[in-house]
Amino acid sequence: MVAGEAKPGQFVMVRTSGTLEPFLNRPISIHRIDEAKGIIELVYQVVGKGTKLLSRISPGQHLQIIGPLGNGFSWQTGFKRVALVGGGCGIAPLLALAEKLLENEREVYVLLGAQTKEKLLAAEEFSQLGCRVRISTDDGSQGKKGFVTQLLEELVNSISLDQVYACGPLPMVKGLIKIAEEKGIPCQVSLEERMACGVGACLGCACPVRNPDGTVGYKRVCHDGPVFDAKELLLDNK
Amino acid sequence: MTKGTTLEPKPGNEPPRIAETPAGLLNSIGLQNPGVEKVISGEIPWLRQFGVPVIVNISGYSVAEFEELAARLDSVPEVAGLEVNISCPNIKGGGMAFGTDPQGAAQVVKRVRAKTRLPLIVKLTPNVTDITEIARAVESVGADAVSLINTLLGMAIDIKKRRPVLANVMGGLSGPAVKPIAVRMVYQVYRAVKIPIIGMGGIVSAEDAVEFMLAGAKAIAIGAGNFIDPLLPLKVLEDLEDWLDREGVKDIAELTGQCQ
Repeated sequence: MVAGEAKPGQFVMVRTSGTLEPFLNRPISIHRIDEAKGIIELVYQVVGKGTKLLSRISPGQHLQIIGPLGNGFSWQTGFKRVALVGGGCGIAPLLALAEKLLENEREVYVLLGAQTKEKLLAAEEFSQLGCRVRISTDDGSQGKKGFVTQLLEELVNSISLDQVYACGPLPMVKGLIKIAEEKGIPCQVSLEERMACGVGACLGCACPVRNPDGTVGYKRVCHDGPVFDAKELLLDNK
Repeated sequence: MTKGTTLEPKPGNEPPRIAETPAGLLNSIGLQNPGVEKVISGEIPWLRQFGVPVIVNISGYSVAEFEELAARLDSVPEVAGLEVNISCPNIKGGGMAFGTDPQGAAQVVKRVRAKTRLPLIVKLTPNVTDITEIARAVESVGADAVSLINTLLGMAIDIKKRRPVLANVMGGLSGPAVKPIAVRMVYQVYRAVKIPIIGMGGIVSAEDAVEFMLAGAKAIAIGAGNFIDPLLPLKVLEDLEDWLDREGVKDIAELTGQCQ
């Protein structure tokens, strides 16, 4: 059911425990959607109590999930050439997006950044889809030594792009937005935030934005996002 | 029940606004809301589709603001009642200040009472030495019911950064962690007042709901439990009916205050 509804960039809230500890569900982005088989794939990194418990479940075990939630990435039929830029676990939601974008004839550049070769996610899968993959690692163990922002810088200096899609750690995302902005390329960003409800009710996952009238306000990452147009975000206030 | 509504729009507090804690969470939302006019023109008509009574939670920074909110909402036909929030811990210079002092609480409720014929529920804060004093004070000036508890003022620290987790430093604790305190306060308030009590604080099951009723609650509410399962209130209702059948309880009203 979730697979039939899900769009790239959306997420699900996963109950990681059968008890009250940890109390809250964990938001995890949808990595891959197989509508025909009714399957969604989730990729997560073990960072705390919730994801640790999740890593201990066995095949066939049932989990409570709520979703798909939030808005997804968007694109126009006229897009000919786009770049998907992901860092670390932020690579996860980009695979579903790449699959969707490649349903029409498009040049899809995928720029992936990770700390090390071992921590690099889904590079093979992107290549198999037919994406033009470029890689950077902090230690140079695979691809270019350095940050994924440098890969985007090089790309935008050599070709024109209709859209940049970005997901990853905040400093990286800020860097990517700046590069895209300088070239006048529209940029969509998927944000990560701690959430309580995941459905827009609790107002816990607030992100500062510029309102149309110029004032500063907050939007909900879970319900108004997690994908935002970079133009409205005020990430320096974050 | 709407979230806290103020006269003017409020942007809310800076993030981070939530911190998970053992069996609960701290929040410091800061009354983010679009202001009463937008609640009337947008949210209340939207809520109408569900065919349930709409109760508006009102919050003010001054007695005059509470009064004005009550007067404005009194004329809105869809509004079935008001919950007077004299207990929000997350706003400066108002909110909880009224709810921690019996005279202040009575003053707000008395002035609101004069502006509306709508049923008035007064939401009480647990951040006081004696909650029964506040309950008595608001009952004496015309509150139709009290709801308790609002969140407990708490704090969490990120030991890696050596900084408070919440941007607002302190926030309100809710979830199962606060349930024993909430049950105790419902028990105390039941002895102190005659008006009905709406019990809340960490309810996630029918058994929890029964516990609140035995302590003295006539109705219960679920807040944080919705975050872990948006269908939880329906599940609690179903399970509650099963529980009553199993226990041979014919009228749920029998439970209220039975443990006194």
